[in-house]
Amino acid sequence: METEVKNTTSAGAATMAQKVETLPSERQTATPEVKMSASDLNLWYGDTQALHDINLDMYAREVTALIGPSGCGKSTFLRCLNRMNDLIPQVHIKGNVMLEGEDIYDPSVDVVQLRTFVGMVFQKPNPFPKSIYENIAYAPRLHGTGTSRSELDDLVESSLKRAGLWNEVADRLDTPGTELSGGQQQRLCIARAIAVNPEVILMDEPASALDPLATATVEELIHELKDNYTIVIVTHNLQQAARVAGYTAFFHMGRIVEVNDTDTLFTNPKEQRTEDYITGRFG
Amino acid sequence: MDKKSFSQHISRQYNEDLEHIITRVMTMGGLVEQQLEAALDALVDGDQAKGEQVVTSDYRINAMEVELDEACTNVLARRQPTASDLRLIVAVIKTITDLERIGDEAERVGRMALHLLEEDRRRSPMAEISALGEQIKGMVRGALDVFARMDAEQAVRVAQEDIKADAQYDSIIRHLVNDLENNPKSVPPVLDIVWATRSLERIGDRSRNICEYVVYFVRGKDVRHTSFEQMAEEATGDRH
Repeated sequence: METEVKNTTSAGAATMAQKVETLPSERQTATPEVKMSASDLNLWYGDTQALHDINLDMYAREVTALIGPSGCGKSTFLRCLNRMNDLIPQVHIKGNVMLEGEDIYDPSVDVVQLRTFVGMVFQKPNPFPKSIYENIAYAPRLHGTGTSRSELDDLVESSLKRAGLWNEVADRLDTPGTELSGGQQQRLCIARAIAVNPEVILMDEPASALDPLATATVEELIHELKDNYTIVIVTHNLQQAARVAGYTAFFHMGRIVEVNDTDTLFTNPKEQRTEDYITGRFG
Repeated sequence: MDKKSFSQHISRQYNEDLEHIITRVMTMGGLVEQQLEAALDALVDGDQAKGEQVVTSDYRINAMEVELDEACTNVLARRQPTASDLRLIVAVIKTITDLERIGDEAERVGRMALHLLEEDRRRSPMAEISALGEQIKGMVRGALDVFARMDAEQAVRVAQEDIKADAQYDSIIRHLVNDLENNPKSVPPVLDIVWATRSLERIGDRSRNICEYVVYFVRGKDVRHTSFEQMAEEATGDRH
């Protein structure tokens, strides 16, 4: 633990030093590491095409926000990233989604295994109707990553700590997860996703059912998780995208209209359609 | 940026808020122009009434700055503006600060003019000062016009007028320094003229600032502390 703290401090110091030495324009030109990328991705529900030629890089240790009006394809795209659309009949997908250079749609890919690498947190908190402890321990036990009771105990504790929930539930791990408040349930779901040690966490409107304080807690958590995970978040709340994301992609009618760093997209977007959407104008 | 775009929000109240702010900035600009005009009449022609009017009217400009600051703060708090709306609010907040300062400078010119009422104006370079005053009036009017039309290219042309204003200012100051050297007894009135001239020159700088905010609003580029060439490039070139 101590080593971890030291590492964080020195990394923080290095970042500060870098900030002093480089101009903002220079910082933006440094290319971040691509963790996941979609290229020429098209998706049909039956005869209806829902995604058109999507090309998007999602960077390691960054939050990428997907914004756009209802029905623009942002959630559909998010579900492509861990093959959740496989569960919907009549869905047909063309194109590539690469995770660290491997195509996740390759026939040899084990989908269950893929979803341990690419976890998902949903709009409505959906804890299992089990104890808080079991909510976290269930998947590691299933995947055989935690077998002994002590291993599982450690995993439950570390996951809840990383999700910022440990202090609130440490003395009642046996109570049902469904008895927690909405914000706590959502953090429990995030802890559950973290427990299988994913590389990427997908979030589909994770705070839309939460009050402003619980939303702030979840956003703070997203900010902390960013240091270790790649996060892709779908949100209808533009201010939330502006607050949490380093990069933002604007979807409209199944296409990506504009991708940019969040500061630029929200202060000086290059596409009129982006401008109209984020400023609340008639598009 | 088309000005009518302020009226294209889905929220009609938002349209009204922004249009109200723009209208009030223009009203404030009109007041500032009046103050400058009166200050120059007082300085160049020795018009006492105009001088007194300038000194007693500055409070109206100050009150408008406070009112507009509050209106902008309310939009920030209630609407969380983004993109061109955000740039507009930032540009307005900065513009009204400069307008208020132009008002202060005009007031100072008026006050100096009142000091100079009893002096012999024939010895001062009044023709040159009058020409500088016209140049500065043109810059203020130009900057307000550029703001009203949100015209980035015209903003560059108005900002470039500052080069001429600076040259006129330098020439007047050289003349006044010469006066001081030749006639040391004239120090108090000459200093008043120096202060008034300096105020006019500062008004030119602040008009240039307003032009820069217009470029920021229209193009999303911050052209403060850049050369005129860079400013022109940002104002006319591709947005990205």
